[in-house]
Amino acid sequence: MAMNTSTPKETSHLKREILVRLIKAYLSDNFEENTRLIPYAMRPKNSDVPNYRCCIFKERAILRDRAIAGLGFSIEDTDDSVLLSELANKAEKREVPDEHPLTVLTTACKGCVPSRIYVTDLCQGCVARPCVNTCKFGAISIQNGKSVIDPEKCKNCGMCVQVCPYQAIQKIIVPCESACPVGAIAKDENGHAKIDFDKCISCGKCASACPFGAVHEKSQIIDVLKNIKAGKKTIAMVAPAMFGQLPCKPQQLKEAILKLGFADVYEVAQGADVTTKTEAAEFEERLMKGAEFMTTSCCAGYNELVDKHIPEMKPFRSDTKTPMYYTAEIVKRENPDAVTVFFSPCVAKKREALQNPNVDYVLNYEEIGAWMIALGVQVAECDESEFKTQASAEGRNYCVTGGVAKAVQTLLPEEIPAHPVIIDGLTKQTVRDLKKYAKNGMCELGNLIEVMACTGGCLGGNSTVNAFKPALKQVTNYVNESKSIKEQID
Amino acid sequence: MDKKISVKVCLGTTCFVMGSSNLQELIEMVPKKYGDRVEVSGVPCLGLCSIDWEFSKAPYVKVDDDVIKEATVEKVLKAIDEKLK
Repeated sequence: MAMNTSTPKETSHLKREILVRLIKAYLSDNFEENTRLIPYAMRPKNSDVPNYRCCIFKERAILRDRAIAGLGFSIEDTDDSVLLSELANKAEKREVPDEHPLTVLTTACKGCVPSRIYVTDLCQGCVARPCVNTCKFGAISIQNGKSVIDPEKCKNCGMCVQVCPYQAIQKIIVPCESACPVGAIAKDENGHAKIDFDKCISCGKCASACPFGAVHEKSQIIDVLKNIKAGKKTIAMVAPAMFGQLPCKPQQLKEAILKLGFADVYEVAQGADVTTKTEAAEFEERLMKGAEFMTTSCCAGYNELVDKHIPEMKPFRSDTKTPMYYTAEIVKRENPDAVTVFFSPCVAKKREALQNPNVDYVLNYEEIGAWMIALGVQVAECDESEFKTQASAEGRNYCVTGGVAKAVQTLLPEEIPAHPVIIDGLTKQTVRDLKKYAKNGMCELGNLIEVMACTGGCLGGNSTVNAFKPALKQVTNYVNESKSIKEQID
Repeated sequence: MDKKISVKVCLGTTCFVMGSSNLQELIEMVPKKYGDRVEVSGVPCLGLCSIDWEFSKAPYVKVDDDVIKEATVEKVLKAIDEKLK
């Protein structure tokens, strides 16, 4: 199963290299000038041009655009004449991150042909002509002995693809359009991908799917660096998936994060324990009142899906807040003067954070990794440092698909039977399934529906660093050495 | 008997973030493919990324004494095949 491996490695490499260079530039004595020089440092005069690009000038222009996203700005809205040095200056003065966390680098995305059904040269012009006979729209005719599709009449249903005995008809897909579960990204009249932010649920699947790496996250790294440089007490809130990302022990990871300049590190699994207790009580109460089913509410991508596309699901979605919400509440209560930074496996949490005054910034795992490279932090050589509050095994397992439902189930009394249904990743099909459950007011498969926008759970998030399998192994080891949430109750 | 080929996948922070996380599959795959002719392991930082600040060429893998820059599973397997010829 293609989890995070669907992310093309070369594009991740480029994005991460730019982040490292931006952080280095920020920490240098001339942030603005060293930022302006990034495309030239990466592609110096007379260097080889990557074989996917026409010339060094276009390659540098595209690297410049990628750096714009790294500085936290929209690539679409930035004029070509603005220098990276000016944007670096602007980034340093910014008070609040942008509203929409995704941005598209249109010059990089021109390579895709529009999604359509295409008759290849393999067409034999056969006598049976199943394609012509199957097409309900009369879109296929035989010209010069071969099938031809009339694009005006074709509805992209794909029936002809299925019936051709030579497999000569193919559906050409646009990876971002195909990956988007809600039809929020499509090519505009110029052939460039464009995100419709009224529909977008910030799941980040387009960013993972694009082989050109054209969809970027607007980074908040400069904002966080600025707060640390200014001596603000900055506290990291680390989501459970982070413990699978780097080759070290959880206690070493805490020490590595402190080396970046954070004043303290909290596990978001601590907030997950509050979510579990609240959600188990809520589930019990709902079932006692005769509810048919309830869905979880911890995944930011799913929450935005319900808000924007399936409002009829709202009565069935748990009212319990997310682990990030409860963790941030605890951190601000214990440290009212602190700046809080959530360490996230995905882009969707950036949207959730904007609606939560207790979460000041969100960084993803690629950004944290780049920061460690820039400072030369060797995680495997760090000392070990214990967390002040120990989270439960169940809370630490929230990042694995099925983990949330399992945690809730642990706390349910025997007379309240939960039958979990696991939605392991949002796709066009699973969105249809969820709409059906909401419309019918019931789900024939069970009564506790856990929804994860990403396949595999948070460990499959769009901005993770480690491959899925080794990350799962690392998290599972941590979970196995932790105490059950039941012990917190008893 | 010939000397074993040694493959060292750098798992230092830089290499890991820049892509050796995706090379961990070599540690399972290589023994299956080559048996005991090749010895493969994940190793702590080889120090290659700090020379001239060459982090952008990470991840690094060493096949015997040869350094593979911007290593991929394909590149490493090719290097092993060359050695075994």
